[in-house]
Amino acid sequence: MWRYIGRKSFVYLLTFIVAVTINWMIPRFMPGDPVRSMLTRAAIDDPDALARMTDYYNEVFGLDKPLYEQYFAFWAGLFRGDLGVSVMLYPQEVTDIILRAVPYTLALLLPAILLSWIIGNRFGAFAARSKILDNTLLPVGYILTATPYMWLALLLAWSLGIVAGVFPTSGGYSFSLRPEFSWLFISSLITHWVLPFLSMFIVALGGWAIGMRNLIIYELEADYSNYLKSLGAPRKLIRRYAFRNAMLPQITGLAVQLGTVIAGALLTEIVFNYPGLGSLILDSLNSRDFFLLQGVFLFVVVGVLIANFIIDIIYVLVDPRTRVQMTGGAS
Amino acid sequence: MTLRVNDLKVYYQTLRGDVHALDGVSFDLADGEIMGLAGESGCGKTTLGKSLIRLDNRMRHIDGTVELDGEKLPISDDDAMNRYRYHEISLIPQYAMSALNPTRKIGRMINELLKARGVKPATIADELRRRLELVGLDPEVLDRFPIELSGGMKQRVVMVMSTLLDPSLLIADEATSALDVSTQRSVVESMVEFRDRGFIKSMIFVTHDISLVYQMADTVMVMYAGRVAEKAPAATIINDPQHPYTKMLIGALPEVGSTTDEGRLEGIPGTPPGLLNPPTGCRFKARCPIASEECSETPPLVEIEPGHWAACWKTGR
Repeated sequence: MWRYIGRKSFVYLLTFIVAVTINWMIPRFMPGDPVRSMLTRAAIDDPDALARMTDYYNEVFGLDKPLYEQYFAFWAGLFRGDLGVSVMLYPQEVTDIILRAVPYTLALLLPAILLSWIIGNRFGAFAARSKILDNTLLPVGYILTATPYMWLALLLAWSLGIVAGVFPTSGGYSFSLRPEFSWLFISSLITHWVLPFLSMFIVALGGWAIGMRNLIIYELEADYSNYLKSLGAPRKLIRRYAFRNAMLPQITGLAVQLGTVIAGALLTEIVFNYPGLGSLILDSLNSRDFFLLQGVFLFVVVGVLIANFIIDIIYVLVDPRTRVQMTGGAS
Repeated sequence: MTLRVNDLKVYYQTLRGDVHALDGVSFDLADGEIMGLAGESGCGKTTLGKSLIRLDNRMRHIDGTVELDGEKLPISDDDAMNRYRYHEISLIPQYAMSALNPTRKIGRMINELLKARGVKPATIADELRRRLELVGLDPEVLDRFPIELSGGMKQRVVMVMSTLLDPSLLIADEATSALDVSTQRSVVESMVEFRDRGFIKSMIFVTHDISLVYQMADTVMVMYAGRVAEKAPAATIINDPQHPYTKMLIGALPEVGSTTDEGRLEGIPGTPPGLLNPPTGCRFKARCPIASEECSETPPLVEIEPGHWAACWKTGR
């Protein structure tokens, strides 16, 4: 088991290094000069002052050094937790900006991913029970899973937000409040959270339900199910086995889906102007703030890697077949 | 008499019509009898085996009765049949290799099944270990997952598991077909031993391997196109078959020591009739070398000598 974890950790470490490198490269090879665009906004006419300021900012951001030095400086900064200074919100630290946005994204993503997965699986297993349920619930599931995140988000914002006026449609909390630990502020947080959460939750729910329904039907036709039926085992026992075995591919599916869900979060956050990482990505892209951009990407990459690692470990714990293969047949 | 099947008809429902997989099958199975059920693919062997324990959802019971130990079985009623399954009728399936839940330890799966069937696992735990040892398995396999066992071991686990409640009738459906020859032999010997020790009262052994049947079975029933062609003691079927189909089937078997120099083995020319619209009269008449006009009438299954039944106009007269 420990050898397995060690091997996995090594693979994840390699992935991390490659991901960080690519992450560092992409904004640097993007067209456009961030310092120039920042100074343009400042509208400086004197060419001499412009040149001096360009030099100054290039030094501040470390852009005057050769690429390889920038690369190593990036790694060194990474270990100190220093991701540089934001161009867009100069002179704030990238790390601070990101840490302010992360709680919003996590509060949105974790419940949406986990609840949709759990409820979707239950729902799908339930639908596989009878023809009537199957014929009514399944098409709904297909429609849900085929719905683009932002379209559903717009639909929800329009129906529940604008027409019904139940939930606010923009921001992480009311603009009239400042962040503080009070009931008023927390309730404002929650009402602002509902719509973005719903739009992500509903889309993901359909996909999981359909997957589970198909897997359950497959498992109920498997040889061991037929054998148990022939020996008169009650449906409850057979369903329990089928559900457990059908969960295994769903766990893998969860790991694979994580990346897509994060992309969905990006769009959803933009639609609802939610102050999470997704909005941050869009803003930093628009202002060519590649320190911030690579910082956000770094967080996303690390998040996906950690989640996948956890799922890898869980999978070993729940599927005896992988466990047996690891220990060489005699556990 | 353990089992009495009378004029059993089971059809498969398809979009193009009913497939007459079992079309009036009648036979008796005595206490302690091991009956080999032979015939080519699609003759209805597996359908007969399934009909006795669990019809799948495409199969429809049309007519006929099945009696087990004097009790009529409600074979068309899935729920009512449950009472008899495992306790009275049990099965070693064709797919014994994959019959165990891959994510449960074998011991735990057996216990869960027993509990679900109203048997306390503790009362039977010692017997389970004894029987595992009897078939040459270490009782330690109960703590293993199916993936850790070889095919032959899984086969034997399924055999012990299926017969744990001492059923009256055991249906072994191609139970040895996926095994190599030496494993086949030990599995077959264990089955005979289970009968001798009274773990199972009687058994139907479905196979297409006539030489294997000859080694273990007391009687052999040969089926053709959904009907019984001939049933007789094993030695009689091999040495003195009466039905022309059985004759040709036995004639197609290789003999030990024969070489291809002495002449090629003869197959049976032609193919079995489709069962969607089966021909009237004797179903073998199109391939039969001695068919005549009377074969357009369906020949009844008659006892041509004690314990020897055949369905052919040309026998017994």
